[in-house]
Amino acid sequence: MSVEVQRADVVAWDRVISAKVASPRVMFWRRFRRHRLAFVSAIFLCLLFTVAIFAPWIAPYDPDATNLTLAKFGRPAAPSIEHPMGTDQLGRDWMSRLIVGSRVSLTVGFLATGVAIGVGTVLGAVAGYAGRWTDMLIMRLADMLLAFPPLLFLMGMLVGFKRPSATVIAVVIGVIGWMNVSRLVRGEFLTLRTREFAISARAVGASTPSIIFRHLLPNAISPIIVAATLSIPAAILAESTLSFLGFGIQPPTASWGNMLQIAFVQMRDNQAWWIGFYPGLFIALTVLAFNFVGDGLRDALDPRAWGR
Amino acid sequence: MTAYIIRRLLWMLPLLLGVSIICFSMLKRAPGDPVGAMLAESRDSGRTMTLADRERLKEQLGLNRPVYMQYVDWLKLVARGDFGTSTRMNQPVSTIIMNRLPNTMKLAGVSLVLTLLIAIPLGIISAVKQYSLVDYVLTTFNFVGISIPQFWLGLMLLYFLSVKVGWFPVNGMHGAYVEGGFWPHFKDSVMHYVLPVISITLAGVAGYMRYQRASMLEVMPQDYVRTARAKGLTERVVIMKHAWRNSLIPIITLLGYVLVIMVEGSVVVENIFSWPGMGQLAVASLTQRDYPTVMAIVLLSATLILVGTLLSDILYAVVDPRVRFD
Repeated sequence: MSVEVQRADVVAWDRVISAKVASPRVMFWRRFRRHRLAFVSAIFLCLLFTVAIFAPWIAPYDPDATNLTLAKFGRPAAPSIEHPMGTDQLGRDWMSRLIVGSRVSLTVGFLATGVAIGVGTVLGAVAGYAGRWTDMLIMRLADMLLAFPPLLFLMGMLVGFKRPSATVIAVVIGVIGWMNVSRLVRGEFLTLRTREFAISARAVGASTPSIIFRHLLPNAISPIIVAATLSIPAAILAESTLSFLGFGIQPPTASWGNMLQIAFVQMRDNQAWWIGFYPGLFIALTVLAFNFVGDGLRDALDPRAWGR
Repeated sequence: MTAYIIRRLLWMLPLLLGVSIICFSMLKRAPGDPVGAMLAESRDSGRTMTLADRERLKEQLGLNRPVYMQYVDWLKLVARGDFGTSTRMNQPVSTIIMNRLPNTMKLAGVSLVLTLLIAIPLGIISAVKQYSLVDYVLTTFNFVGISIPQFWLGLMLLYFLSVKVGWFPVNGMHGAYVEGGFWPHFKDSVMHYVLPVISITLAGVAGYMRYQRASMLEVMPQDYVRTARAKGLTERVVIMKHAWRNSLIPIITLLGYVLVIMVEGSVVVENIFSWPGMGQLAVASLTQRDYPTVMAIVLLSATLILVGTLLSDILYAVVDPRVRFD
């Protein structure tokens, strides 16, 4: 009897110890895995990255090659075994264009987020740490940019380029997307700068940049990562909207947004539903996957979400 | 409070000035100008424009002067309440906007009301029944709703419900020929609203519901909710009167944000459904380099956003006496 109890005790202690031994990385992985949708989404995104990286080799046809024997009388060819997603009115293989177009969406998503996070983090950190007039100046600038209707602002900036590349579009989206990140980082820094380790770093004579970037920033990294994952889908949506309206990637270069430009006319006149259906579906799936991964990361990284 | 409002209103002036400077310089560095757009148009209609004509037009529009002088000229006009003449439509910009603005307001207004009517109850249910099947379904719907591109939703609705089965008209606000009196006209109008409103509302519902759920979850474990329950009030009264009202406080600050979603949504949706509103005007004016119109639209929407944020901040203080402005 007493042996039994003892053994149960030992088992329980084992668990406590193993739980303590689990490194933050392992704990993070366990929590992330629990969010099933996020896990499935992450796998989907990995597949998408592979497709995007090897796009020219994976695409079954040349995405820009026209074939008018397929598109008779300028009518898009319906999906078939050779062309699983059909062709457009010029006989270009729609699936190949979709595969190549994935590069634009992912490039813009990551690059724009990189710019937004970079600018936002630096400005937010400086504003939160320095305070006073530096803080006021940066926050007023953020206020001003927030007063712009974002879509109109993006269109206005892109009008300045004849054929904006994915890089240009990404930078423009990033430049007007940093304000929320900087507010977030500023908020974190306002509390971090008064903590003991910040004061002691200052006391031993660490330089200001070193305090900001080496001592304080690592403590604010979780919310930044979550903000980053959630800003990728927003950037992808912004790019596709801009390209759809004719201000982004210009045809004949394929992007998921500009593939939808001809969708309305082709669907109305030729009942070619596949022209509009597939590009939009892939935008939606990609954005959804990033949103789920962002949610999973928040669950795994944010201690406030653990109790729920 | 009054001092705070006045200070905020005064802050708007430099902000708007900054917005207009950024926007003006952005437009001026764009390749092509209104004269080029006019040239293309006159070529299409079979007339020719001589080089002298071009120069005269440029002189007339003041396009030969330095950019900062052009900006000052524009500013002087605006200060007198004159937004100039549209180079695309050759009408005063204010007239054009006055024709278009009501159409956008109607579309955005209907969508906003509908968004709140759907999102608030769903958000409450989702929070009250946290972790239930209903909550799971609603939360997943939420993610889908914020992930579907509005223009794709609009296009798919158009194809399946208008082109394919013909339930709804394809574009515009009114049918070309409607026989009969008030009711046929009313029905025709409503049918034109359905698809654009659905396209805008879905994203709005998904966005708003999430916040309603989160703020309800914050409020539900509060002491005053427990007290209300302990008093023996029905669950309905506890949720609607004690919990929900308090959960609205943080949500009020989001009204400005919802306003932006509606305005942005209408840009995309108006262009798909050929809705004669501001969004369509903005895109057409930008492609045609109609600077006076674009500037007026930007200034108007920036003012709208600033006033919207201010109003929601004021409302925040009105409903929650704990909030004080310094």
